[in-house]
Amino acid sequence: MKRKTAIILRYVILILGAIIMLMPFLWMISTSLKTQPETVKIPPIWIPKHLMFSNYVDALKEAPFFRYFINSVVVTSLTTVGQLFTSILAAFAFSRLNFYGKNILFVIFLGTMMVPGEMLIIPNFVTLSQLHLVNTYGALIIPWLASFFTVFTLRQTFQSVPDQIYYAAKIDGASDWHYLWHVLVPISKSTITAVTVLQVIGSWNAFMWPLIVTNTENLRTLPVGLQAFTSDAGTNYALLMAASTFVIIPMVVLYVFLQKYIIAGISKTGLKG
Amino acid sequence: MLNEKPTLKSTGKALLYLLPMLVITITFNIYPIIKSFIMSFYTKYDFFRDIVSQYGFDNFKFLFSDPDFHIAVKNTLIFVVGVVPLTVIISLAVALLLNRITWLSGLFRTVYFLPFVTSTVAIAQVWHWIYNSDYGLLNYFLGFFGVNAISWLESPRYAMLALIIMSVWKNLGFNIVLFLVGLNNINERYYQAAKIDGANSWHQFTNVTVPLLSPITFLVSVNGVIGSFKVFDEIFALFNGTPGPSKSALTIVYYLYQKFYTEWKYGIAAASGVVLFFMILLVTMFQLWYSKRHVHY
Repeated sequence: MKRKTAIILRYVILILGAIIMLMPFLWMISTSLKTQPETVKIPPIWIPKHLMFSNYVDALKEAPFFRYFINSVVVTSLTTVGQLFTSILAAFAFSRLNFYGKNILFVIFLGTMMVPGEMLIIPNFVTLSQLHLVNTYGALIIPWLASFFTVFTLRQTFQSVPDQIYYAAKIDGASDWHYLWHVLVPISKSTITAVTVLQVIGSWNAFMWPLIVTNTENLRTLPVGLQAFTSDAGTNYALLMAASTFVIIPMVVLYVFLQKYIIAGISKTGLKG
Repeated sequence: MLNEKPTLKSTGKALLYLLPMLVITITFNIYPIIKSFIMSFYTKYDFFRDIVSQYGFDNFKFLFSDPDFHIAVKNTLIFVVGVVPLTVIISLAVALLLNRITWLSGLFRTVYFLPFVTSTVAIAQVWHWIYNSDYGLLNYFLGFFGVNAISWLESPRYAMLALIIMSVWKNLGFNIVLFLVGLNNINERYYQAAKIDGANSWHQFTNVTVPLLSPITFLVSVNGVIGSFKVFDEIFALFNGTPGPSKSALTIVYYLYQKFYTEWKYGIAAASGVVLFFMILLVTMFQLWYSKRHVHY
């Protein structure tokens, strides 16, 4: 009897918690489908009388969200692919090749991970303006084409691959380059997927850097565009919630499908991307 | 090949593999680290032409006498002290509950983790609406308990609390996942041994779970402290591009942003970044020192 009560109690607490976690999402979607008078009704309405899908159309018309969306897709995909490429190469060197200064270099990079990235914004902005890259796609992408966090994570995985596989590939006449891309990368697929998804999420949601290095509308990414939209939307919460939903949905869909990899990635590294 | 000594040839080859990553990280990570330390000592400068005519401690002197910077440091510390313990306690509690159930546990984990993948800016708009003093959901619920409408985002008394609640909500899932990993790694035998010794569930928790989970608790709190010290997006989005009513949510990174981006005082901004760096370093060092004595590996 006591056992049963304990189990029920656990579920009750977890369900209450889950409701709190989900509430903002439900409230966002509910508001996004209301008419403006309905948004300010007390007591609040959860299911609007007529589902105003037109709010989405209106919000997307009111600001160039489609353009922001394309910018976010371009920046996120180029950043992710580029970072993956440089990290895979570097992780291979750190895990498989011997070279002078390897340990020192590794320690230096570990040390740089301790430095808050916000501190680097000022000199990086100066560098980019000297390269005439401020307010270009380059400014949004180039500084993020390498990440020591990703190198570190991949190195761990590469090192766990048995040496015999490497020697077997060598005996078969494979070059290091061939071994890396045709043996090591496919074996490490799950870690690579995990760091990729974490990188996509981080890049999609990034705000401070794109806010600082862009100042024209047609270069805004979704979060920056949404923030600018808040002053235009004012108190029209139905439109604002529709726009917020539009920004959030892609990552939620990605998460629901690739959940297993994200969780595994976090479990393995214990750090944010 | 693994145990071979490095040669010039192998070094050259490794360099080719490292080159793309090195070019980017040296330019955008290593050089700016050094540069921002140097910049914090610039007192007379022209960034457009990259000319510095005077170095000194003026930027730091300015920070130590600037009341805004004092507010920023104080608010940052309040935020860290508010967010980290709450996050650790709640996420540990949820992880313990999730670990004890099987049915629906995957679904619960999905739900609790969901806020972590969302854009801070977008979800802050939702919270802005929830916190609305007239029509917001939170005041409506509080009304059931006889609480009068609170101006969450307009009153300097509540702005920080509103920020802390949203931040805890957003980061719970991430830490729950870490705690679940830690709980899974605890060998069932320890609990069996404790039971044989007659330990009740509270004793099992304090004598088995807590010590064996301490490495994860350490990781979660270090992550939390570092992340909370750098809070910015949440503030900018929740308070519509302001540091809260009467600067009640002005933090160090927000201060840095203002000095750098709106006032163009690069030297002072760089100096505030250096102060942030040393504060994080100091707290992390303290946590490391503490963990040496209390974390059981």
